Amino acid sequence: MTGTRSASLFALALLAPALIYILIIVAYPLFDTIVLSFTNAALRPTYDFVGWANYQRIFGAGNFTEVILRTFIWTFFSVATKMIIGTLGATLLNAAIPGQTLFRILTMPPWIVPMAIGIFMWGWMYNGQFGMISGLLQNFGIISKPWPILAQGNSAFWATIVTDVWIGVPMVTIYLLAAMQSIPKDLYEAAWTDGAGRFYRFRRITLPLMLPAMLTMSLLSLIATFNSFDIIWILTQGGPSGSTTTMIIDTYKTAMGSRKYGEGAARAVVICIFVSIFCIVYFRAVRKLSQGEAK
Amino acid sequence: MIDRYKWYEIVLMYAGMAVFLFFVLAPFIEGFLVSLKPLSQLFSTPYSFIPKNGSFDAYFQMWTSVPMLGMHIFNSFFISSVVTLIVVVIVVPAAYAFARFQFAGSGLMLGGFLAVNMFSGAVLLIPLFRLMRQLGLLNTYWAMIVPGAAFLIPSSIWLLRTYMMRIPRELDEAAWVDGASRLYTLRRVILPLAMPGIVVVAIMTFIGAYAQQFIFALTFNSRTEFMPLPVGLFAFFGKQEVQWNELMAASFVGILPVMIVIVFLQRYLVAGLTAGAVKQ
Repeated sequence: MTGTRSASLFALALLAPALIYILIIVAYPLFDTIVLSFTNAALRPTYDFVGWANYQRIFGAGNFTEVILRTFIWTFFSVATKMIIGTLGATLLNAAIPGQTLFRILTMPPWIVPMAIGIFMWGWMYNGQFGMISGLLQNFGIISKPWPILAQGNSAFWATIVTDVWIGVPMVTIYLLAAMQSIPKDLYEAAWTDGAGRFYRFRRITLPLMLPAMLTMSLLSLIATFNSFDIIWILTQGGPSGSTTTMIIDTYKTAMGSRKYGEGAARAVVICIFVSIFCIVYFRAVRKLSQGEAK
Repeated sequence: MIDRYKWYEIVLMYAGMAVFLFFVLAPFIEGFLVSLKPLSQLFSTPYSFIPKNGSFDAYFQMWTSVPMLGMHIFNSFFISSVVTLIVVVIVVPAAYAFARFQFAGSGLMLGGFLAVNMFSGAVLLIPLFRLMRQLGLLNTYWAMIVPGAAFLIPSSIWLLRTYMMRIPRELDEAAWVDGASRLYTLRRVILPLAMPGIVVVAIMTFIGAYAQQFIFALTFNSRTEFMPLPVGLFAFFGKQEVQWNELMAASFVGILPVMIVIVFLQRYLVAGLTAGAVKQ
């Protein structure tokens, strides 16, 4: 049924809408970003090619490398925390205890609720004067003065990470739960008959068989977190004094705030290069794992 | 389970679950309690978790404080619905093509679609802004719908393709032997069987469209009457003294319908994730 010419044409016809759509809305803009990054495009309608000037400027400015470093630290802590909480969460949700279904449903809200709305709620919780976190800490006498979490660089940085973790955890948990449930039950039964304890079974059966799913999830999560915009923009808009400015926020400020399209595009290209590196790693890992499965 | 949990293990698990759920649900609980508090109580010390003289007043006042609130809620649903419709119409044939046919470049194209997942709308914002301006779509619903759908198509193709590959090939072949055309086979044999998968794709797309409404709507639209709920609330409450109780009330009204739908369809959702995600 495959391989004949009419079948190929039929398949291409089915694919055409998706292909054209993605070419116009994703591939062309990607190409345009690269072209723009070599120009001095701004608000005015005409612009010239300026070679590597944008790249020289952003890397010469000094704070761009700082932004890159901050983005990596932000991403690393967010993804690592998501994976740890997600694995623990999946293990708990997988346990055969009463209330399991209810717990599973209750895990999902941060993922289902429109992101921005969950972030509004965190914005209130972080409120220094009257928010829940500062308020409860004061009530319990842990701190004596209101704590303006988002107004101080250090706490704002970690606060945006906590919110990012909160939004990402349900997806990681449910994905890992699904992977955990696809592990054949008889493996556990066989190990149990041989007298293996619960922790031993977890370490020797669950973890190794979960590894592909965990790798996939951490890479997907890495890419999503690296590109995360809404959380920081709604909570701090990159502030205070740049302490939460990641690469995406920096690009947005340059392009949409200052209307320096060329310079913004150069920043976007740097992001794309990093994302492509993640991408290559991801494809390699997937290929390696699928070969491993075939053996 | 094979062996029974000891009592302390069960206690430990419930304790872990409680901590986990507290982290997940705290903002919603706090948000809901805030929506019940009168404004004066919000700004008084010491902080109290439980509202005193709680009322649903904020749920009535918000309609007058945010005059376009109803419009924002409608916009959110309208934009997400149209995105979902576009994605489903485009993705069903594409997923079928990838599930059943091998042709020159099919593997490459499939990989290409996967790669699209890696780029966020935020990275491509500048050229998308220019493109939307050239097409004259700025400040219309389309400026939020068109890019929104693009970034949801690839993952949906992958998910539905996996689902369709589980439908036995023999069914297609039998239909062809009986003289059915390829298109007829897709419509009458595959489509009904793939329906649960299509439902999952539709729900996930709807959630995704609702979630990513922020950046495109923030950048490509400045007209209040077209703003979806997240941006409408952000723009409104950014401008003035934040009426936090009303902001929370409006948030809850805006998300309640989504939540209800999800609770009813969560069975499909978990099944779909299991089918699509893990087997990739």
